[in-house]
Amino acid sequence: MEIEQEDLFAPRLVTTEELFAPGHRACIGCGEALAVRHVCKALGKNVIIVTATGCVEIISSLLPQTSWRVAWIHTLFENVSAVVSGVESGYKARKRKGKVPAAKDVKFVGFGGDGATTDIGLQALSGAMERGHDFLYCCFDNEAYMNTGIQRSSSTPYGAWTTTAPVGKKSIGQMTWKKNMPEIVVAHRIPYVATASPSYPFDLMAKVKRGLETKGPAYIQILSVCPTGWRCAPDLSIELGRLAAETGVFPLYEVINGEYRLTHDLPELKPIKEYLKLQGRFKHLTDDAIELIQTRVEEDYMKLKAKAGVK
Amino acid sequence: MKKVVGLEGSFAIAEAVRMANTDVISAYPITPQTHIVERLSEMVADGDLDAEFICVESEHSAMSACVGASAAGARVFTCSAGQGLELMHEVLYIPSSMRLPVVAVAANRALSAPLSVWCDHSDVMAIRDIGWIQMFAENNQQAFDLTVCAYRIAEEVLFPTMVHIDGFFLSHVIEDMVLPNDEEVAGFIPEYKHPFTLDPDNPVSMGCYAPPFIYSETKKAQEVAFESTHSKIQETWKEFGDLFGRYYLPVEQYRMEDAKIALFTMGSFSETAMLAVDELREEGKEVGLIRLRLWRPFPFKEFRDAVKDVELLVVLDRAVSFGMGGPVCSEVKSALYDLRKKPNIVAFIGGLGGRDISVNEFKYMIREAQEKEKAIERGEDVEVEMIGIRE
Ligand SMILES: Cc1ncc(C[n+]2csc(CCOP(=O)(O)OP(=O)(O)O)c2C)c(N)n1
Ligand code: SF4
Ligand SMILES: [Mg+2]
Repeated sequence: MEIEQEDLFAPRLVTTEELFAPGHRACIGCGEALAVRHVCKALGKNVIIVTATGCVEIISSLLPQTSWRVAWIHTLFENVSAVVSGVESGYKARKRKGKVPAAKDVKFVGFGGDGATTDIGLQALSGAMERGHDFLYCCFDNEAYMNTGIQRSSSTPYGAWTTTAPVGKKSIGQMTWKKNMPEIVVAHRIPYVATASPSYPFDLMAKVKRGLETKGPAYIQILSVCPTGWRCAPDLSIELGRLAAETGVFPLYEVINGEYRLTHDLPELKPIKEYLKLQGRFKHLTDDAIELIQTRVEEDYMKLKAKAGVK
Repeated sequence: MKKVVGLEGSFAIAEAVRMANTDVISAYPITPQTHIVERLSEMVADGDLDAEFICVESEHSAMSACVGASAAGARVFTCSAGQGLELMHEVLYIPSSMRLPVVAVAANRALSAPLSVWCDHSDVMAIRDIGWIQMFAENNQQAFDLTVCAYRIAEEVLFPTMVHIDGFFLSHVIEDMVLPNDEEVAGFIPEYKHPFTLDPDNPVSMGCYAPPFIYSETKKAQEVAFESTHSKIQETWKEFGDLFGRYYLPVEQYRMEDAKIALFTMGSFSETAMLAVDELREEGKEVGLIRLRLWRPFPFKEFRDAVKDVELLVVLDRAVSFGMGGPVCSEVKSALYDLRKKPNIVAFIGGLGGRDISVNEFKYMIREAQEKEKAIERGEDVEVEMIGIRE
């Protein structure tokens, strides 16, 4: 989705109001902070955001300051979806009892890293989706526990170096394949699931708006390039997000009421080597290992295309 | 109009939650708390209670949802026991540190392993330091009354409040009790209004993180505020007494006039202990009973007053602090350490995992304690005795 003269149009298409205030403490080139900024623009002000422990929380809420210009709460690492359930239910009950005007427009949003989502908070998320609370969940997927120092998560890709999946004589780093979290969410049959990336800001914001307007649970997994943890140059965040989509490593799609749609269809995938070689976390990979990953990525992409009915 | 009814403890608590017009209930079933959640589910299903009942997938989520709902300005309730309280342990510190007035009931239960669904106070001891106001009920009437008071107290002082009932001994036993009518209770608990709620029209950030330069200050503020709840707790109980005729105190005394020996208990065994005291009094012994109603914040002043003329204090613990003895006894000793004149203290551990303690066993404790006291006077080490153990 290239827009000609984007710099001229963008300010007209997107609000210049920053609900995630500048001055936060993220590393240079942090894709996660950028994603949060875009997401907040799309969310608008009528939201309550519940955030998990992790980089997003740490960079934004050092007492006595806050980056949040919207109603915001953080409590623990693994309970975002349960806290959102409570906030939403609290409003529901109070509206019904006339303690809050029934017409008051409030939306409920959960933010979690990949660790908070795919590992320690999976149960709470599954419970909240199954119960059908009206909320949007955004998973900021930087593919490891970054806040605690680049430890592997179940969302870390095969072959990546992390501090708990180190490269050694008997290890190539992460030895398991990235958990397919969006598919797990789809299995809950919730009305809206999507993947997105701040490298495609308009697509990201459109998806956030769609998720927000959905009645019932909605889930968006947002690839968030982390120069610190990925061992890449901080000025490559946008580029890497694009390459992740273009190589098929992180395909962009939506699942609306069970119907798959590729939002960024690629007739031809770029070789994943172009993506891997820019990141220090993959620099030890042999050609054989890269070949193995290439095969898997292609297989997965074909399956996804089939689901979306794309030839 | 007063109604005398026969109610199970769990149902009595559910009545209190209904009369309080609770907005959100979030709970996960565990024996012996199950009848409370089941009864509340029925009330919601029948439309007798207009609340959102969040059937969460764990106790961790139960307390987390309570935190969220409370932060959103709702009146909330949960209940749990034993393993469930352990699973929600991490979350229990959140409402007390964020000043959210969650109301909870714990149907006290032993902790695994071995698995036991029956009552003791191991779960209570594991959550001593969570910063909640915590109190003990001894019978179903008290369970109802204290739950009603818990809403009022929690929402006025902005600290979460927990009522402990002994699992099975209260939760599953039907007793006569007086049930006030809905309007009386509604009049006693004004509508809940938290000064800061999650509201897009007035956005606040809750739960920011604290670096070393400010963390200690937050904890100091919390401790000062928590200690200052004593007067509000007592005022509320007084007002409740004036309205409903039943008065509660942080430390309650039974036949303590001129008592030289005092038993010290918490929870449902206090009623058995009273019977033992009655019998011993008939035998001419100067024995009384001190029951702790308010467990946190610990009522130092009232407790020290209660024991000021006591020579021998016999403490019954219903939990083990492994390698340390009885946890309540440790607290009692530390509460009295600074006094110039203090009683000898003899500790027993009993009633673990649902084991009953009889009147005779309480009398045994008093007798044995007098022997042990002699050993203490001789300067000998006296070990904590676990009573009723088959060897
Ligand atoms: C119960 C618990 N276990 C562990 C931690 C430590 N911890 C805090 S954040 C974090 C990792 C966060 O990873 P992720 O969710 O991927 O977010 P990121 O920082 O990468 O954005 C960990 C392990 C914690 N705070 N609480
Ligand atoms: S560690 Fe990574 S995700 Fe965290 S702030 Fe730095 S760049 Fe962003
Ligand atoms: Mg992460």
